[in-house]
Amino acid sequence: MGLPPPPLALGLPSVSPNSQPLAVEVSGLVKRYGSKTAVDGLDLVQERGTVLALLGPNGAGKTSTVEICEGFRGYDAGSVRVLGLPAGSPALRPRIGVMPQGGGGYPGVRADEMLNLVASCAANPLDVGWLLDVLGLGGVLRTPYKRLSGGQQQRLSLACALVGRPELVFLDEPTAGMDPQARRLVWDLVEALKSDGVTVLLTTHLMDEAEALADHVVIIDQGQVVASGSPVELTTHGPDDQQLRFRARAGLDTSLLTAALPEGLRVREASRGTYLVEGLIDPQVVSTVTAWCAQQGVLAEELHVAKRSLEDVFLELTGRELRS
Amino acid sequence: MTFAPGTFTPAPGRGRLGRMLFVHARTEAMLTLRNGEQILLTVLIPLALLVALSLMTVIPLPAPRVGSAAARIFALAIISSAFTGQAIALGFDRRYGVLKRLAASAMPRWLLVAGRVSGALAVVVVQLVILGVTALVLGWRLPLSGLPWLLVLSVLGTLSFGALGVLLGGSLRAEIVLALANIVWFLLLMVGGVALTMPVGFVDLLPSAALAKAMEAAVVHGTAPGLGPVLVLIGWGVAAGVLATRTTKLT
Repeated sequence: MGLPPPPLALGLPSVSPNSQPLAVEVSGLVKRYGSKTAVDGLDLVQERGTVLALLGPNGAGKTSTVEICEGFRGYDAGSVRVLGLPAGSPALRPRIGVMPQGGGGYPGVRADEMLNLVASCAANPLDVGWLLDVLGLGGVLRTPYKRLSGGQQQRLSLACALVGRPELVFLDEPTAGMDPQARRLVWDLVEALKSDGVTVLLTTHLMDEAEALADHVVIIDQGQVVASGSPVELTTHGPDDQQLRFRARAGLDTSLLTAALPEGLRVREASRGTYLVEGLIDPQVVSTVTAWCAQQGVLAEELHVAKRSLEDVFLELTGRELRS
Repeated sequence: MTFAPGTFTPAPGRGRLGRMLFVHARTEAMLTLRNGEQILLTVLIPLALLVALSLMTVIPLPAPRVGSAAARIFALAIISSAFTGQAIALGFDRRYGVLKRLAASAMPRWLLVAGRVSGALAVVVVQLVILGVTALVLGWRLPLSGLPWLLVLSVLGTLSFGALGVLLGGSLRAEIVLALANIVWFLLLMVGGVALTMPVGFVDLLPSAALAKAMEAAVVHGTAPGLGPVLVLIGWGVAAGVLATRTTKLT
């Protein structure tokens, strides 16, 4: 696949350099539901104090993996250790914060009652009123849970995950159903958690979220890790891994352009009317491309030089067809 | 939004168990007492039936009439909240992911059950106070020697029917729980030895008949209930509890 190998390969000792156990260490994890294999030999390692994003299409096995780490699901093979303990150990409960995918309140409960209840389980909880205000729930304190919007329920769920001041939080699709302002708030919170030394493992299928938040991205598909690394590592193969993208009339013959460009550069019409030049893009290349356009009598619109996006990598690895 | 450094610095730990139990029980009780359908089931219908049974002489009841009605309605009230109410609430709480949410906190599993039971007991106290005062107004005379038994039977009934409620509400889909819990409530009321004394022997083996009968001893005669009804209640409670620990699902 040409991607760099995962920075920490299987078989390394389960202790990070500062001799604290790793935050999460999953190896050879297999989870089956009947005849369907949801997680298929997955390896995952997360250092403390980092943000790891588990990225994958729907049904890739993200939630199964996270719920196994949280201790909510059993598994068929492999080993899962969280903060140095086997997943599901009762001793882990006070130390981890969990934001499940959807749900998490009595139908008739009010936001402050629910958060107070969860806070009462912790020795040193955050201030409940403050946390509700931060998450923009101060105005809906009297509203029963079932009448909160999806985004408001998600924010309450996030508050419940954080209120106990955990060492490690699992956020399963934390921004699903949120408006852009709330999404931005969650991003700010994750940044703040990280700078205060909290380890964050989140799942998402949003590339920009993974790219913005994560120190380490693990792309999974069909229950297997297909790529792993920092966002920068995943999006760059090397210094010559760039793209020049522009729009022009569809169906132009690019063979003359290929001939005019230095060796090693590839030209293709990526989709109808969108042309892509891949390789080391320097000013000379841009000049050659615009000159060729002039020869063809077309104007290169939306001309854009960039490295590959995480989305490109993701689609390359997991395919472009829609999953059921 | 920016946060002062150190705002989220980890400080994990489990809260005090007593406070956890208190807040959990209070939350459960408040949710029940705020829920219109639960109030209808646990307070208003028993209240209406208490008045009807006391005043409408077409329904055959042993004398003293109001005392007999009170005993039966106390039993019904406990069945309503501990069994039907608990089952329905649990079915929907599972649907809404509450159990998972709480299981993910530092709350121990036993406290997850203890909190619900304590909340249910608090609701039963509220029910019995309202129904008891109404019965006194209607002319019931509580023999004081029966008061300790009334309390013991209320706790035992709540636990036994609570276990049955958890067995039902913890394993099936919320809508099915809703339907079954109401049907069973109606059947127990009509033919389970609660409203009417059934002449068939096996009815005495039902927990509903056992609770009504035991209540009658305490509430009407001020005496200890017979061993039979108490054993029936304990038997059902233990069986349901053991089964429920295997069948109850978090979601």
